[in-house]
Amino acid sequence: MSREQRLADAKDESGQRQRSTLRQEIPLLVGMMLVWGALWQDFAIGNLVFGLLISLLLVRVFRLPPIILSGRFNIWRAVVFIGAFLRDVTRASFEVMYLAVFRGPRTTSAVITVTLRTESDLLVTFVGHVLTLVPGSYVVEVDRRSSTLYLHVLNVNDQAGVEKARASVLLIEERLIRMMGTAEELAALNAEKTEPSKEHGAPS
Amino acid sequence: MLDTLIDIVAGTFMIVGCLMSLAAGIGMLRFPDLLSRLHAATKPQVLGLFLLLAALGLELRSWAVLPVLVLAWLLQLLTAPVSAHMVGRAGYRTRHLKRETLVADELAAVVEAAEQREEHEIGRDRPRDRTDFID
Repeated sequence: MSREQRLADAKDESGQRQRSTLRQEIPLLVGMMLVWGALWQDFAIGNLVFGLLISLLLVRVFRLPPIILSGRFNIWRAVVFIGAFLRDVTRASFEVMYLAVFRGPRTTSAVITVTLRTESDLLVTFVGHVLTLVPGSYVVEVDRRSSTLYLHVLNVNDQAGVEKARASVLLIEERLIRMMGTAEELAALNAEKTEPSKEHGAPS
Repeated sequence: MLDTLIDIVAGTFMIVGCLMSLAAGIGMLRFPDLLSRLHAATKPQVLGLFLLLAALGLELRSWAVLPVLVLAWLLQLLTAPVSAHMVGRAGYRTRHLKRETLVADELAAVVEAAEQREEHEIGRDRPRDRTDFID
């Protein structure tokens, strides 16, 4: 599904949605098949084939909106991303623990706006998920048309803290684009890095 | 020797994992409003459950359970943010928050603009069939 189709889909309020083709569903089917294998603790061929058949039946009966993959996946960047994710989660978990015990009712927070660079639903969802899993921030509202996330961030004490939180979200997005963004998004990101005068993420 | 080492690592993981649940409980009691309590309620379990499952994997030492443990953690990763978002969104919309604990609220301006546009389009006299005024 092209970008135009996606935008048309986002603006379409009649409830009709694009349907995905079998080819777009392959990653989903493979994932469901592996879940089936994990649940039975049996990865024999027969069991996996049966799981695949059940997955096929499920995606036929319960239709999902199509997930558009970019066609790019960098395994090394994925390793970097997972490492950074685990480090962030660990550090932030202890921070929230410290706040709960020592600052408690005096903790201040903020609701901030972050406009993402990407236009892909999958990446916006992924960024939202990742930053929600890292303790200290979660998504309050999403504006799909402009890829804008509204976040609640714990332990923000001043305007500098707001900018810091915004930068950290854009960093998560940067790691994800390097891992699985489209070639155009990656090129735009690299262009932005070589020309750092351009501001991103501030509310317009 | 190796067994003792693995036992020590697994034991440490379990204790730290349980501490995360304790932190969640303390946070629920001590944070000032719904929006900040949500952080304590949903997040420490991401690391806490990971540590407990890792300890379980280390102790059971069987490849067959590993996919189940990974699956359990992944399902938690998929569902926790959704529940945090739904509760946070509902909490913000029904104004279950303490304004004085927010140093910035960049969503308020957006909501106000949308409300004004709505009033302009529908008219002021229309009764509001909304529940977001339960202060």
